[in-house]
Amino acid sequence: MAEFTLPENSRYQDVAGQHFKAVGAKRVRTVVIYRFDPHSDQKPRLDRYDIDLDQCGPMVLDALLKIKNEIDPTLTFRRSCREGICGSCAMNIDGVNTLACTRELNDSTKDLGIFPLPHMPVVKDLVTDLTQFYAQYAAIKPWLQTVSPPPSDRERLQSKEDQEKVDRPSACILCACCSTSCPSYWWNSDRYLGPAALMAAYRWVVDSRDEATGERLDQLDDAFRLYRCHTIMNCTEACPKDLNPAKAIAELKKMMVERQC
Amino acid sequence: MTTAYPITDHIFDVVVVGAGGAGLRATVGCAQAGLRTACISKVFPTRSHTVAAQGGIAASLGNMSTDDWRFHMYDTVKGSDWLGDQDAIEYLVRNAPAAVYELEHWGVPFSRTEEGKIYQRPFGGMTTDFGKGIAQRTCAAADRTGHAILHTLYGQALRNKTEFFIEYFAIDLIMSEDGRCMGVVCLKMDDGTIHRFQAAQTILATGGYGRAYFSATSAHTCTGDGNAMVLRAGLPLQDMEFVQFHPTGIYGAGCLITEGSRGEGGYLTNARGERFMERYAPIAKDLASRDVVSRSMTIEIREGRGVGRDADHIHLHLEHLGPAVIHERLPGIAETARIFAGVDVTREPIPVLPTVHYNMGGIPTNVNGEVVTMRHGQHDVVVPGLMAVGEAACVSVHGANRLGSNSLLDLVVFGRAAAQHCANSVKPNSPHKPLPKGAGDEAVARLDRIRHANGSRRSAEIRLEMQKIMQSDAAVFRTGQSLKEGCERLEKTFQSFSDVNVSDRGLIWNTDLVETLELDNLLLQAVATVHSAHNRTESRGAHAREDFPERNDQQWMKHSLCWVDGQGQVTLDYRPVHLNTLTSDVEPVPPKARTY
Repeated sequence: MAEFTLPENSRYQDVAGQHFKAVGAKRVRTVVIYRFDPHSDQKPRLDRYDIDLDQCGPMVLDALLKIKNEIDPTLTFRRSCREGICGSCAMNIDGVNTLACTRELNDSTKDLGIFPLPHMPVVKDLVTDLTQFYAQYAAIKPWLQTVSPPPSDRERLQSKEDQEKVDRPSACILCACCSTSCPSYWWNSDRYLGPAALMAAYRWVVDSRDEATGERLDQLDDAFRLYRCHTIMNCTEACPKDLNPAKAIAELKKMMVERQC
Repeated sequence: MTTAYPITDHIFDVVVVGAGGAGLRATVGCAQAGLRTACISKVFPTRSHTVAAQGGIAASLGNMSTDDWRFHMYDTVKGSDWLGDQDAIEYLVRNAPAAVYELEHWGVPFSRTEEGKIYQRPFGGMTTDFGKGIAQRTCAAADRTGHAILHTLYGQALRNKTEFFIEYFAIDLIMSEDGRCMGVVCLKMDDGTIHRFQAAQTILATGGYGRAYFSATSAHTCTGDGNAMVLRAGLPLQDMEFVQFHPTGIYGAGCLITEGSRGEGGYLTNARGERFMERYAPIAKDLASRDVVSRSMTIEIREGRGVGRDADHIHLHLEHLGPAVIHERLPGIAETARIFAGVDVTREPIPVLPTVHYNMGGIPTNVNGEVVTMRHGQHDVVVPGLMAVGEAACVSVHGANRLGSNSLLDLVVFGRAAAQHCANSVKPNSPHKPLPKGAGDEAVARLDRIRHANGSRRSAEIRLEMQKIMQSDAAVFRTGQSLKEGCERLEKTFQSFSDVNVSDRGLIWNTDLVETLELDNLLLQAVATVHSAHNRTESRGAHAREDFPERNDQQWMKHSLCWVDGQGQVTLDYRPVHLNTLTSDVEPVPPKARTY
């Protein structure tokens, strides 16, 4: 096995973090959070926050908000809908990529580790730079491509069976949990599109209304863009919406083979 | 110590602030018209709150039952409790089918009927034959219609090569001395630089301000930044007293459970297991409009018939629908109820409570999306260079109460109308007047002041205080007493903002700073809301005054206008409601008693 070490400026063991204690709390869970201040020359550190579970909402996001509102307003993370549909608060919690708003903060006595999405450039604390992730999504041309004009005064017809094919893949929230859980994406994110973009491509390929299937598959037919998927399946495991990007990718590979027969 | 902020200038034909449904639809339209268009957003576009819209988008397609835009118009006017402008409502409903077909042609993955047409479900207040039957008018993509529409619109914006400025926080409008809007000043969140965007038209699509309340279905980012920028520019907001409570927010968490769950056959019960809506709305029952259902639930709870240990909420039942219907039509609801209420909807009811959901009020505009104000007694004076669309705007198509699924419709119809207006009125690449000297300086000074604010109150503390006041004093039912107290308590909270403390002094991703700027915005709107509500001594739509339980058309069939200055001082005035229709194809709907 290859040995992997983090780049020097990503090592967080070198700087001692702060410990914010909860006074007078009966049920406590300690949350350990990766902190990185872009203004300082210091390496990242881990800060520890004791959360009084009797004074906190049930989700990990509630704990983050409690810290920001009551303990340490400098803690920085993205959040918006708090109900698992906007995809803002994706982060690595307890070793898995997921949404802070839908992950429960249970009363386990174990410390709860919260880190930014793995292998992404960190802007500050839990905020990562997703520019490349978004560019990959844009690269698959995520819009309906047709040659034939649509009917002028009604919808295009689509059977329930055909709609079923796009129904789940189109439910992706672009949180990046899948792509940033994929070792292949960590290694080759400059050339491998990653599971989120590939499932988006699949969503348009299987849409009965789309007429650019051939071009879409041509664009993916590349040793890196598609075929760096090695069926590791971390993507499907990570998806907080219970979608199946691994299957979408497998279907794309199947289509590639079938069209050569 | 203050550091100087590097300033970057940008020049566009049109600048759109906000990348939700309305902002993206306007952006796409402007880009297609060949206008150089910038779209600025404080969050990545698909994170905008449109993504959370569930039930659907209304249009009289007639796929599932006979339908007519005139029925839709009648329902919307009645739903608005005759505060909606009927010309604007006619525009909305007549353009609805084309707007939905356009979305379908762009690829929205709508659910389908057996014939392959767009699936439509019943929704509150949507009827056929002018109130006689129940319409199936709400076009749905399962229970994530907003998500489907927003992602599709973002794709269209990419296709049309829009220039996005993502994670830029708009601070203030740039106004010329003669009252023209010349653009907007923004903070780029990832490096703390200031950007001035100059444009022939600035379109505000900044959404609502649900987070002025303690419990709201709205996202954390729903802070009505555009509304507040308009107030700071010395312009009024309209009908701010009308705040919609959605009947079914999850008890405790506040997450939305779509009205579509009742559209699909779900119903509410009290502690006795009684379907109490039959008493309040004998015909429409659980599908009466939202203000009516929320009031009924509140009365049930108040009279001791609430469910749960504290008898303080209501049950929503979906068990009888069966797993197949739930899986096909309401999968997201099943997931949300499981995660946030610990409930398996195929077996047990969901605990729900009326929860703040939507602002009918906002920036007054005409049907083109042009912002209007009152000057020298004239009440439809256009503010040159400034437009508003979506929840931020008050056209007004929703009047005193919005019907469910008319909001997504509002976004795309008026987003498109605004783009058309820009296409007709702005010449691509036309030269701009130079910005006034020191344009944006005031905005930057405010930003700098807040960034270094060294008072004794955390912004989260002030925010919570404001939210609690709004929740208790400007709730489903209001009284003169509660609103008067609300005005007084809020005044203190407002003043305490001068003692705010910001502890993050950084420039890169300083969310302590951004949240405090958002709080500044929320406070202005909270003040506008309680004062407008205190002033309106009648009950209409979502504004239910216990001391004035009747609608009073003679005195109050008019829009409230509210100005709030930097010291929190309020000025109120009025605009007439447009009771005329746009064309002679339909008669105005005359006011009558509103029953469901």
